[in-house]
Amino acid sequence: MKEILELLENDARLTPRQIAAMLDLEEKTVAGIIKDLEEKKVILGYFTLVNWDKVGEEKVTALIEVKISPQREVGFDAVAERVYRFPEVRTVRLVSGTYDLLVLVQGNTLKEVAEFVSQKLALLENVLSTTTHFVLKTYKHQGTIVEDGEEDRRLMITP
Amino acid sequence: MKTPRKWQDRINPSVQEIPFSGIRRFFDLVSEMKGVISLGVGEPDFVTPWHIREACVYSLEKGYTMYTSNKGMLELREEIARYLAETYRVVFDPRNEILITVGVSEGLDLAMRTILCPGDEVLIPEPSYVSYAPVTKLAGARPVHLKTSAENGFVVTAGMVEKAVTSRTKALVLCYPNNPTGATIDRQHLLEIAEVVRKHDLIVVSDEIYDRLTYSGEHTCVSALPGMRDRTILLNGFSKSYAMTGWRVGYAAGNRDFISAMTKIHQYTMLCAPITAQAAALEALKNGRPGMQRMVEQYNRRRRLLLQGFQEMGLPCFEPRGAFYAFPDISNTGMSSEEFAQELLQEEKVAVVPGNAFGDQGEGFVRCSYAASVEDLTEALRRMGRFLKRRESGGRILTAFFTGEEPKKEGIYQTL
Ligand SMILES: Cc1ncc(COP(=O)(O)O)c(C=O)c1O
Repeated sequence: MKEILELLENDARLTPRQIAAMLDLEEKTVAGIIKDLEEKKVILGYFTLVNWDKVGEEKVTALIEVKISPQREVGFDAVAERVYRFPEVRTVRLVSGTYDLLVLVQGNTLKEVAEFVSQKLALLENVLSTTTHFVLKTYKHQGTIVEDGEEDRRLMITP
Repeated sequence: MKTPRKWQDRINPSVQEIPFSGIRRFFDLVSEMKGVISLGVGEPDFVTPWHIREACVYSLEKGYTMYTSNKGMLELREEIARYLAETYRVVFDPRNEILITVGVSEGLDLAMRTILCPGDEVLIPEPSYVSYAPVTKLAGARPVHLKTSAENGFVVTAGMVEKAVTSRTKALVLCYPNNPTGATIDRQHLLEIAEVVRKHDLIVVSDEIYDRLTYSGEHTCVSALPGMRDRTILLNGFSKSYAMTGWRVGYAAGNRDFISAMTKIHQYTMLCAPITAQAAALEALKNGRPGMQRMVEQYNRRRRLLLQGFQEMGLPCFEPRGAFYAFPDISNTGMSSEEFAQELLQEEKVAVVPGNAFGDQGEGFVRCSYAASVEDLTEALRRMGRFLKRRESGGRILTAFFTGEEPKKEGIYQTL
């Protein structure tokens, strides 16, 4: 099971048939395991890593440090939920250190993101402060180097 | 470009006589084409792991740009001795029983030049890596081929050795896991061979460059067999297991007389292996094990993928248990290895290496390397399947006029 997940994490397009061949299993078995993992929400989704810059699509991404005051009974989780419910918010993580939530927000323009922070995020109850870092350039994303993927430079035939 | 006739005459006949590698001829053909998926590459598709490259950069920053001792950096030799002792329980003194070479390629040449005299015979399994016979000839000796085949798992047997031995036989070359067949050899077989080797007082030159790329069973190091350490010249390197082909670094290990004599030639012809590559090799041995194992795991998965693909298209293939090659039998197609490779390339743009590049015994086979991405392997299999289907129906595709009709099945193919 772990091997199947590793393979899919690297390449979500692998078919159960290919995976079965690679791991010396039955195709049916693999398909069953994958289905099960999907149902159990171990596999949460399949996505494509897109370099939007290359198609001239300007997306604005900001990493926002959020300090919050935990609520009685529910602690950080209830506050986090109020943050992650916004569709603009792509990722929310509770972290240790000088702030509490690391929030990744994506929008179409700088203004849009800035407004979201000042009008929505910062105004939430229990949010004490925010610090916004706009992303200027992405070098590596999801373990993938954005620019130079080190393409195959080998000769076509070698002994 | 042709050398003018008069200069040709001035070339040492023993150099003139050896042909260019069959691989090279095919290479010229391939390199002119675009959109080719190559399963013809005999090296890892991984780039050298970053920590190794980084260690090399650091060594340059620190100014390690000079010669090393002829034998190579002592620290590297010590690390190699430790590796061999830990992995195979065979002990070599790093001071005088290990020599760092410019790849196994140089180690092989040194070994042959060190032990061979004119008139000596060397037993070389066939099919095998392209260098053994030419290097033997350049050392003035005569290659004698031991013909292995799919039926006997492409391994040399004690019986074959016994039968081929004459009073002039000096050495036996072994290479397991094998290029081009992917065959491995088990300990029992090796013990039997070792007995014959000792009986006839032969020397073994064992090229174990693929030792870490063994997918089923354990690799047996020839030097580690009882009574074999001193009569074996063990050759190994970093090219395959650590994805370091371009660094040109390897090593030879053996008794101190052989290593000392090899060092003499190395001293005058090579001086030393590049220090930069040695620094990288040191990092590979010290910290590269986990990364190497991950690569091996990936080769293994691709190996199974390729084998299943061959099975589905009805291409008989002996199960390779090591290296990163599969050696399917294409004789049922009625084509020769070269025809098969050439037509597959022209019609489907998949490059494989004709088996006869590895000796006559490789005729009827092609070498497919699975050091390629899963994506490329899958596409290559699809194309090969299409190619075979067309052949099955007896027709060769006329590229421009192909109508896409379902070809008639004549059931020429059978699966193993
Ligand atoms: C069996 C075998 N020996 C030796 C070599 C050459 O190794 P190196 O890069 O260490 O010179 C190769 C490379 O293809 C090989 O397949």
